[in-house]
Amino acid sequence: MGEVILTMQDIDKSFPGVHALDHVHFDVRRGEVHALMGENGAGKSTLMKVLTGIYTKDLGSIIYEGKEVEFHNTREAQDAGIVIVHQELNMVGDLTVAQNIFIGREFMKGFRIDDRRMIEESKKLFDELHIDIDPSTKMSDLTVGKQQMCEIAKAISHECKVIIFDEPSAALTEKEIEDLFVIIRDLREKQLGIVYISHRMDEIKVITDRVTVMRDGTYVGTLITKDCSKEDIINMMVGRVIYEEPKTKSMCPPDAPVVLRVEHLNAGKMVQDVSFELRRGEILGFSGLMGAGRTETARALFGADPKQSGDIYINGSKVEINSPQDAVNAGIGYLSEDRKRYGLVVQKSVIQNSTMACLEEYISGGFINKKKERDVTEKYIAELATKTPSAEQLVVNLSGGNQQKVVIAKWLAKNCDILIFDEPTRGIDVGAKNEIYKLMSSLAAQGKSIIMISSEMTEILRMSDRIVIMCEGKKTGELGIEEATQELIMDKATRNIA
Amino acid sequence: MIKKKSKLLADQRFIVLLVILGLIIVYMIFSQEFRKYSSVLSMLDFSYYDVLMAVGVTFPLITGGVDLSIGTGMVCYSLLAGTLVRNYNCPVIVAMLLCVIFGMCIGLLNGVLVSVMDLPPFLATLCTCMITRGIGSMMTATPWPTLKQPGGWFHSIFKLTFGSGRSATKLPIGFLWMILIVLLMEFILNHTKFGRYTIAIGSNKEATLLSGISVKKYHIAVYVVSGLFAGLAAIAYSAVVPTVQPGTGAGLELDAIGGVFVGGVSATGGYGSVIGTLLGVMVIVLLKTGLPYIGLQSNWQQIITGFVLIGAVLIDIIKKRRAASSRTS
Repeated sequence: MGEVILTMQDIDKSFPGVHALDHVHFDVRRGEVHALMGENGAGKSTLMKVLTGIYTKDLGSIIYEGKEVEFHNTREAQDAGIVIVHQELNMVGDLTVAQNIFIGREFMKGFRIDDRRMIEESKKLFDELHIDIDPSTKMSDLTVGKQQMCEIAKAISHECKVIIFDEPSAALTEKEIEDLFVIIRDLREKQLGIVYISHRMDEIKVITDRVTVMRDGTYVGTLITKDCSKEDIINMMVGRVIYEEPKTKSMCPPDAPVVLRVEHLNAGKMVQDVSFELRRGEILGFSGLMGAGRTETARALFGADPKQSGDIYINGSKVEINSPQDAVNAGIGYLSEDRKRYGLVVQKSVIQNSTMACLEEYISGGFINKKKERDVTEKYIAELATKTPSAEQLVVNLSGGNQQKVVIAKWLAKNCDILIFDEPTRGIDVGAKNEIYKLMSSLAAQGKSIIMISSEMTEILRMSDRIVIMCEGKKTGELGIEEATQELIMDKATRNIA
Repeated sequence: MIKKKSKLLADQRFIVLLVILGLIIVYMIFSQEFRKYSSVLSMLDFSYYDVLMAVGVTFPLITGGVDLSIGTGMVCYSLLAGTLVRNYNCPVIVAMLLCVIFGMCIGLLNGVLVSVMDLPPFLATLCTCMITRGIGSMMTATPWPTLKQPGGWFHSIFKLTFGSGRSATKLPIGFLWMILIVLLMEFILNHTKFGRYTIAIGSNKEATLLSGISVKKYHIAVYVVSGLFAGLAAIAYSAVVPTVQPGTGAGLELDAIGGVFVGGVSATGGYGSVIGTLLGVMVIVLLKTGLPYIGLQSNWQQIITGFVLIGAVLIDIIKKRRAASSRTS
């Protein structure tokens, strides 16, 4: 670790009604990876937005390379050498990789953009980073992982000194994360200051040198990563102790009736001859590696994707599910891993989202009965402990965990007895995660049946009563929670892979 | 070789070119009249303003917007300038310049409404469409000078005439200008900042903004270009229409916009080509002016154009779907 390149002192920022940052301190040294952690809403992103000029601070100072600075927009920060790799990819899909990397600062030959030189420069950049991408490919033809690599290359091409990664691994596969870490280590070698924002505790331990934790807009403390434990960081983040104990025995009685039986489901390459049963009050975990076909199985079951063959029985009688509408009518609710795209209409209120799936129940005489609608919504807000200032609040203003609760409310309002949770806690911070877990357990206790697709082993072991393991579109195993271990699941999840 | 062949077939422009050739062949077979040079001439005459409007509106369409004001705008500018020529002895060259300037002004207004005021493009340009139509209605019917009158020289921009009377030879050099303009705008679209950011805005506006590009500026420019071409179209329109009628022009923009989509501009923005636009408009023009030659009422043009458009947009959608599925597997 070298000298301090960037110091943010006593940064204070208020929005109407919210004290977003309260005298926050943060610094970055040359040649270090500094993790910035905290629950959603802790102020991490706000702090980084203040740094890169998207927000202006109310108080405090930013000292960069020994001088006090203030940036007014991302461009100024970029020019000074501070760049940010956003969580959501900021790529223009219809332009090529090279055109994206140099967008806004194209090489010119008079009026003409010098595309050839841009491709050459991109090649050089990729060689330096050991990335294997053809710069003349159209951006939208690349996988998300590759797009992320391009985004990083773009950031680095600004000759930056400080680079901020905002949850870079959220959309990456294990292999891609490894590639990313190679690049980050490389950048550290080159004496860049690196800020790494992530929720994934395992990554923090692997890649970072120091950890700064924020909570509710305040600075909690900074630790040397190798001297602290995972629990230390979590405790600082939530200010309370969280136990992540695996479940030891099934909460579902073995004689509980089977509510859903899927037989020989086939849907393309990703779902081949999948059969399983789901009992009343059971949480059935679906485990497997990326691309194992778990989401595809759920989508085929839900009627969102066409299936070639397979029978579905609900409460013992065969049902035809050819569209999500059929599935919902049969009492199946699907909670997508991508809530904002498939689960919610974020620009609408909590009420409108909660009653979306069963609006016809609130219609009297051709009009929507607003009072009935509100009563039901408020019932679920109370029941699920959704944190929202009012039922009228737009969903976009809620945190990830509370958005998830609105989706759950939507399906509960529709009286769905079978709920499919696809990565229920993706992008949700540790505290809210716990609440979602509790909620799922209590739903199961009330007699709802849950299919939970999860890529997190701890989540699978903590929540499931029974575990179905898939690999490359096939079911490769089924384990009761009593016999399941991490090793056993991994073994089955890689069974098909030579 | 096979790869090259399939790539060519995958290019919508190639398919459109085949459609054009097909139409011409069908017309030639079934209509003696169509085989005459004079028919070709008149068809080309009536294509110029459509081509110009379409080239201009290609840019807003690539950004994912639209410009509905070009049709009524074109007629309005032509009337305004024509009135100046007839009643105030305005030189024709100045009147032509004014057409373009009027067009750019309305384009600027569109751009500001869309980019600064955040109005949806459909709504913003619908408003200016009504405004220009209203202004156009206030004018009286205005014949610009005809070819034989003094000041009628501007007709020869589009059609050179040698000799006189029945034996006169006429050359449709207007079409040459169209090709040059199309090539110029194709170059601008693909090789200048303006073009590149037009595509970028249509593909992902947020990302473009975050790349530090003045999206507002370029977004306005896109509508100014569209207006500029509506102004150029006004000149071409004045040159072919005997009398420009007040209050007309509504619907003409739809031919142009339809042509652009036939030419392969993505229905959701982000992709387009000006050469494609030229080809697409020629299909529309062939349907519009050609069908009567084979004995079909021109009403059929609308119906057939509608179906052609559905086909063209479906190609775009299917292509996108294929691209998406090849990416996930």
